[in-house]
Amino acid sequence: MRRASSGGKILRAVLLVLFGLFFLFPLYAMADFSTRNLIQGGRTLQAWKNLVQDDALYQAIVISLLLAVFTVVVMLLVLVPTMIWVRLRAPWAKGMVEFLCLLPLTIPALVIVVGLRNVYLWVTYFLGESALTLTFVYVVVVLPFAYRAIDGALSSIDLRTLSEAARSLGAGWATTILRVVVPNIWSGILSAAFISIAVVLGEYTIASLSGYQTLQVEIVAIGKSDGPTSVAASLATLLFGFMLLLVLSLLTRGGRRGANDASPIPQAAAALTPAPAAQSGANA
Amino acid sequence: MKTSHLVAAAATSVLLVTALAACAPPEKGGSGGETKSGVKVSEATSAADFGGIDGLVEAAKKEGALNVIALPPDWANYANIIKTFSDTYGIKVNSAQPDAASQEEINAANQQKGKSSAPDVFDLGQSVALANTALFAPYKVATFEEIPAEFKDPNGAWVNDYGGYMSIGYDSAKVPDIATVNDLLKPEYKGKVALNGDPTQAGAAFSGVMMVALSQGGSADDIAPGVEFFRKLKEAGNFLPVDPTPATIESGQTPVVIDWDYLNAVETKKLPSWKVVVPQGAAVAGYYFQAINKDAPHPAAARLWQEFLYSDAGQNLFLGGGARPVRAEAMLKAGTLDKAAFDALPGVEGPRVIVSVDQNAKATKYLADNWAKAIG
Amino acid sequence: MPTARSGLSRMSPAGRLLGRRLREGLPLAPFLGFVVIFLIIPTVTVIVSSVYSDGDFSLERIQALFSGTALAALWKSVLLSGSTAILGAVLGAILAWLIVSSPRTSIFRRAVISMCSVLAQFGGVALAFAFLATIGLNGVLTLWVQDRFGFNLAGAGWLYSLTGLILVYTYFQIPLMVIVFVPALEGLREQWREAAVGLGASTWQYWRQVAFPLLTPAFLGSTLLLFANAFAAYATAAALVSQGSPILPLLIRSALTSEVVLGQSGFAYALALEMIVVVAAVMIAYGALVRRTARWLQ
Repeated sequence: MRRASSGGKILRAVLLVLFGLFFLFPLYAMADFSTRNLIQGGRTLQAWKNLVQDDALYQAIVISLLLAVFTVVVMLLVLVPTMIWVRLRAPWAKGMVEFLCLLPLTIPALVIVVGLRNVYLWVTYFLGESALTLTFVYVVVVLPFAYRAIDGALSSIDLRTLSEAARSLGAGWATTILRVVVPNIWSGILSAAFISIAVVLGEYTIASLSGYQTLQVEIVAIGKSDGPTSVAASLATLLFGFMLLLVLSLLTRGGRRGANDASPIPQAAAALTPAPAAQSGANA
Repeated sequence: MKTSHLVAAAATSVLLVTALAACAPPEKGGSGGETKSGVKVSEATSAADFGGIDGLVEAAKKEGALNVIALPPDWANYANIIKTFSDTYGIKVNSAQPDAASQEEINAANQQKGKSSAPDVFDLGQSVALANTALFAPYKVATFEEIPAEFKDPNGAWVNDYGGYMSIGYDSAKVPDIATVNDLLKPEYKGKVALNGDPTQAGAAFSGVMMVALSQGGSADDIAPGVEFFRKLKEAGNFLPVDPTPATIESGQTPVVIDWDYLNAVETKKLPSWKVVVPQGAAVAGYYFQAINKDAPHPAAARLWQEFLYSDAGQNLFLGGGARPVRAEAMLKAGTLDKAAFDALPGVEGPRVIVSVDQNAKATKYLADNWAKAIG
Repeated sequence: MPTARSGLSRMSPAGRLLGRRLREGLPLAPFLGFVVIFLIIPTVTVIVSSVYSDGDFSLERIQALFSGTALAALWKSVLLSGSTAILGAVLGAILAWLIVSSPRTSIFRRAVISMCSVLAQFGGVALAFAFLATIGLNGVLTLWVQDRFGFNLAGAGWLYSLTGLILVYTYFQIPLMVIVFVPALEGLREQWREAAVGLGASTWQYWRQVAFPLLTPAFLGSTLLLFANAFAAYATAAALVSQGSPILPLLIRSALTSEVVLGQSGFAYALALEMIVVVAAVMIAYGALVRRTARWLQ
């Protein structure tokens, strides 16, 4: 594949340019549109200033960021010990855990939210109606991505030996997990965390049909009355997600080849390849 | 092994679901408090139960807050109404989800029952209001007797607060003047005509299609000519499937908008070339329904809000937003109506049509079956 | 510490085995609790509620699925998903091939794949607004074309209807295809190509007789994945379309929030059931194809 002729190289370059245009032009258009003054013409940064000045939008940004953080924390607290335990003590449950983790990809978010009403009556009864209660549903939504990332990382270390060594030296389970295992699967955890943050920030379906004002819901609401601000917020979300993933890929250098590759890009790819889809579970 | 796991999980879930469906979480006790006359505040049916309007004001101030929902600031002057109420009585007004539709108001009330953020009062379209009267607390405002019988429930469970006629608003700087609905089919309006919403979803859009139906020879019993007209409009390329908002009107994206006259009238203040016309012989009147949530977290404040809305001051504020207050006739006779604002309203000629509940149901069914096909 | 499983447990009564399973399974409870409460129960609620209305077993909600509007929405959803799946698959495969031709750890490759991740998974609403900013009524491209050629690109708002959805969906289908298909392309070993060339095959013959047959199951599987993805997608359509409910997810939205046609929440359950059925069927086919692929591309 690398022995391309010069004709092949030109073809490749042309195709790349065409694709580049198709994908990058709308992003450029967003930047242009968001700095435009629709009524009077000319340029203005008001839309971008609104990200902090507009009260409703700012609140929504804060809520979404908090949701992302809470989701990641809860997801890690629930998933990492579970997966470690399954590997060490309950290998018979591996199939079931894997199936359950991949199930959210097959069940569209739209279906989950339609059936969620009863459950959420109880949740709001116990925990109030803040949008932060969405954490629980979001943990389920990010499970597929997180599972693949952490699973890959766990496969690439010798978990049994590590944990036995730690335990035989007198460490309890908590210490073993926190101080021995986690530092070794750090790339997998980061990968799971970053992807989860991006998913939560972009999630719209469940939040909007449950009536909570998260970032994406607010963007759509503002879009009806103030085009440039909503476009600015959308562009900011896209760029932020892109930065997250790029930083992630740089931090955990695209590394060893192999079936259990711990590096995150093949991770993210693997998160989707043998397993069902991305967007049906996430925010589309 | 896995199959049996699945079966076990499924069986447990079915049991859980049926259990959940059977029992909703226990309701938190309604906001307590009694008035001096010993009546529970949440069951007070008039100011007399508070020992007069002053007692009501006192009770409301003690509650200190009011939750309203689905009140856009530039809809019938609500921004001003909220501010005036808040300033006059020192009660904080929490305005949630200004863009919500009527059904979402009811959904919010149900989902947040017992919470301090549940809506206290509703401002609903006809269908949703009449379908949910079980959620309303009957209350008769001081001026209840002045409101004509067809605009209120005899017990005061719901009362119309303001209304308007379906109109066509257009930017006279961008398109030629519009005299009749048929003008909209002309090529000068290509890609320019917008309807406020989807008629199978929003009450305003429903009335818009009804207005067009009337102009095409239909009636309140027959909305088909209206749907047919929109089909022709779409074929001619004149129909714009965009939701018009003040932003789209001012930026010129939607030069022709079919919407309530009070909503169109507000635009004239911001865009001087914006004109509003109610087509001759096709005057569809629509009133909105005001009601108090039976489980309102702030029952006294909710009742004070009602009193305010139906007072001369409140009704004139509605008029200031271009809407026709329900007490207009009585106030006209008493001379308390803002005459200048009243005369500035678009003229209406021909018989006024108010769609009844049955006609509404029939038309709704027709729309649900045919609208998507017509403009799809 | 590994217990002496082999000897004791085979001789223990079933009860002791069950006891041990319970002990081993107990720490899994939080995880199971989460998944059951927030995933299984809602799904089962939907399935059960679509055949139970007001406490009676009744098929009226399922029957409503065969009404004109519901069938039209289903058909349009299938059309939208199918066309964007095919478009996305073909174009995405080409882009994937372009990417795989660059060195593995180059910044370009990593940046492109990161971009694809973002666009494919996290973009629903943002993409709708990206296209509004580009070819909407006041879009950058629209105005530019209007100035230069006097031609109104936005026309009568085609962006806000089914045609527009096809364009915007393709925009996120292509990156998804890239992400899913790149590993398949990477699985094509260089040795196979060298072997084929060594046996006298031309480039075209290599592709036609070695690479394509190997890639076909992955390609078809990915296409199915794209189909399911588009079929279940909601955010983009919700942000873009406000008039009419042309596709199934929007019909669900309308059933849940309409203030004109009331009492439709039961209908929403039936529609959601229809959605699970279609997506599940497609995903099962996808799983079968992927298993075939995995054999070759370890």
